[in-house]
Amino acid sequence: MASVCFYFQVHQPYRLRRYSVFDTEHNYFDDYKNSEICRKVATKCYLPANQCILDMIRVHEGRFRCSYSLTGVVLDQFAAYCPEVLDSFRRLNDTGCVEFLAETYYHSLAFLYSRAEFEEQVRLQQQKIFELFGKKSTVFRNTELIYNNAVSAAAHQMGFKAVIAEGADHILGYRSPSFIYQAPGLPIRLLLKNYRLSDDIAFRFGNQSWSEWPLTAEKFAGWVNQVNGNGYVVNLFMDYETFGEHQWTETGIFDFLYHMPGAVMAINPENNFKTPSEVVDAYPTDGEFDCPHLISWADTERDLSAWLGNAMQSNALQEAYALEAAVKAKKDPELLHDWRRVLTSDHYYYMCTKYFADGDVHKYFNPYESPYDSYINFMNVLDNIASRAK
Amino acid sequence: MNVFMLGWEFPPFISGGLGTACYGLTKAMSELGHHVIFVLPQPVHSVTDTHVKLKTPSSELISAAYRAYTLAEFENVEFRAIPSTLMPYTSPDPRTEAVISRGQSMLEHEVAGGAGGRPDPHAPLSILSGGAPGFAPGQYGGDMFAEAWRFAEIALVLARGEDFDVVHAHDWMTYPAGMVVAKALGKPLVVHIHSTEFDRSGEHVNQRIYDLEREGMHAADRVIAVSFFTKSIVTSRYGLPADKVEVVYNAIDNNGHTYELPPTILKDEKIVLFLGRITMQKGPEYFLAAARKVLELEKNVRFVMAGTGDMARRMIELAAELGIGHKVVFTGFLRGDDVARIYKMADLYVMPSVSEPFGIAPLEALSHDVPVLISKQSGVSEVLTHVLKVDFWDINEMANKIVAVLRHPPLQATLREHGNFEIQKLTWRDSAQSCIDTYQRVIAARKGGR
Repeated sequence: MASVCFYFQVHQPYRLRRYSVFDTEHNYFDDYKNSEICRKVATKCYLPANQCILDMIRVHEGRFRCSYSLTGVVLDQFAAYCPEVLDSFRRLNDTGCVEFLAETYYHSLAFLYSRAEFEEQVRLQQQKIFELFGKKSTVFRNTELIYNNAVSAAAHQMGFKAVIAEGADHILGYRSPSFIYQAPGLPIRLLLKNYRLSDDIAFRFGNQSWSEWPLTAEKFAGWVNQVNGNGYVVNLFMDYETFGEHQWTETGIFDFLYHMPGAVMAINPENNFKTPSEVVDAYPTDGEFDCPHLISWADTERDLSAWLGNAMQSNALQEAYALEAAVKAKKDPELLHDWRRVLTSDHYYYMCTKYFADGDVHKYFNPYESPYDSYINFMNVLDNIASRAK
Repeated sequence: MNVFMLGWEFPPFISGGLGTACYGLTKAMSELGHHVIFVLPQPVHSVTDTHVKLKTPSSELISAAYRAYTLAEFENVEFRAIPSTLMPYTSPDPRTEAVISRGQSMLEHEVAGGAGGRPDPHAPLSILSGGAPGFAPGQYGGDMFAEAWRFAEIALVLARGEDFDVVHAHDWMTYPAGMVVAKALGKPLVVHIHSTEFDRSGEHVNQRIYDLEREGMHAADRVIAVSFFTKSIVTSRYGLPADKVEVVYNAIDNNGHTYELPPTILKDEKIVLFLGRITMQKGPEYFLAAARKVLELEKNVRFVMAGTGDMARRMIELAAELGIGHKVVFTGFLRGDDVARIYKMADLYVMPSVSEPFGIAPLEALSHDVPVLISKQSGVSEVLTHVLKVDFWDINEMANKIVAVLRHPPLQATLREHGNFEIQKLTWRDSAQSCIDTYQRVIAARKGGR
């Protein structure tokens, strides 16, 4: 028996507007662009993908199940710019086949800089999910799957039963991400991303020069089925925007998604779909995943260099978190919300100089012409926030 | 490959990018094993460099008209200097001299005060008296054209005694020579565009220069432009078909130059540097306008304008009008070590050019570890990613970025680190090879009967 465990990441940052050093106003965000992008992605991805998932759940009479991690900032933007997306998530929730994971409200790197802020943000997001869906999340995923043993320790302390992480080769070694692991000395369980099969969908699906193109539901089901006898679970973790946004509709990605569960269950009737908490409840633990150093799911390095790879990024992060005490002392909810929205990891990702000259995926997601422009803009905003916190 | 090359300036007697480009290209061609005869109009009195060896000319007639020499590091290049007044540069306005000498003493003071008490008495800034370059489009005399044709005549006499495969002419003043030699001897002609009349003069073009540029480009078998920016001007303004124009970027000599200068210069002010000809093309007034904006926020900064040109005096006046005269320093034209020294002092190099075909100076700044802010209206912005870019007219954004560099050391550090690395892929060897490929193509096309 092989279980397929889907987790989809849903997130949109509050992008900053052009903010010059000569600007003094307190509106930092590009409302027009944020609403435009939110609605565009809703049309191309969130709405059709949610409909597709809903159809799959109905067709398979509840045997298809999956999970989502929704950031607080994307939920806020849905409410403001396209509330119909929230409605479609509510309909998914009503099926009882969907699990919502916990993460930081602001999709931040707070775990690395402030444990207090980290916990506050996780509680805020949990609360938001509870308000919207009436469910208390029990599985935690950290921003960008940034993980080390300390993340498990923190999650355990906060009452989570499992954590999502990258199945990084250099930690797993010969071992397979198809088993359930445990953090050293802690009862908390770990679900590790099967990055090969996940990336086949998320990155390679529409690539016509890929040797496996075109990827059919049946072919993929065959790969999933190979886990039988060699593990329990295939963890497919990816950005939800894979469907319709990163991989366009024309690639056939929605057809693939729709037909995949049927193919997986047809190839072996024992195969099934489970949410993360169902996986940890169903299967035993197979050893420890000892990860003292930080890993993530980004780039080929699976490290933090996409957010902390150069002097600008570490400077911006340090300066931002240095304001925490002053901002909180002001007890001004708007100031606090503004400050937290600039903690979103995307702002630091835009400053990444890695591969910049090659014009790759980093550039595609970057609203700035260069990482330098993004740093300059960010620091101007931060400077203004600092002046309000004085 | 034997190349008959026509230029109009060569280091150390240069005013800007053209001489630097000719130097880099011919040196790399020489290293690639190609033979270059480099002909240039050069005042005889200036051939005093110790690297220069005079060669005895073979003909009595020619010996009166030109000097032949070779340079130690140019194994396969022969130089032919024709004494000529073909120098398109004017002397600076004498009224700017007083301001410039103030700038000079400021720099000398800074340098002498640094280096942990080891002042270098042999390192004064030498501002060349007279002949300091500055391209002045309005000031060509009619004899400039006569000179260009006289240059052509002598070049032809020279060419008749040489064996070569292709004629390569750099910029309009050598086009008559290029056309005459190519036609008389039946050789293919390649013209190389380092700048056009539109770059230098905006919409107020000198019709005679434009006509000569156009004639040269159309007469050529192939045209090399220093950027796509320039290629688009050439195709849209000179009516050249796009497939006749190739883009060959300039480069920088980066082979382990170390600059033995005072390692740390103690200075209590940040320095933002403009280095180039002070002409309309280079956008000096945008630099000053941005400077004024910067000074609203940052007091501890000085703006240095190094160079001369027909707008130098106007800029001195403009600085005063803007009320920032005390924060702007004019140094006059700098050469050699003085350039290296000013880079060493600079926190940021700004090139606000209105229309810059390429722009080698930013590469030099980066090679000296100085972060760079360039206008998007430049060819070099096509090849550099680890620099700051603005539209030349956007003085608010220019000021925004200057302030950021002054305020945030990590920004400076990241620009420096990546920028210096990035320019290492821009080599004259690659540029020279692209030229050689172009030669081979035009030679093959001629043989093919086209």
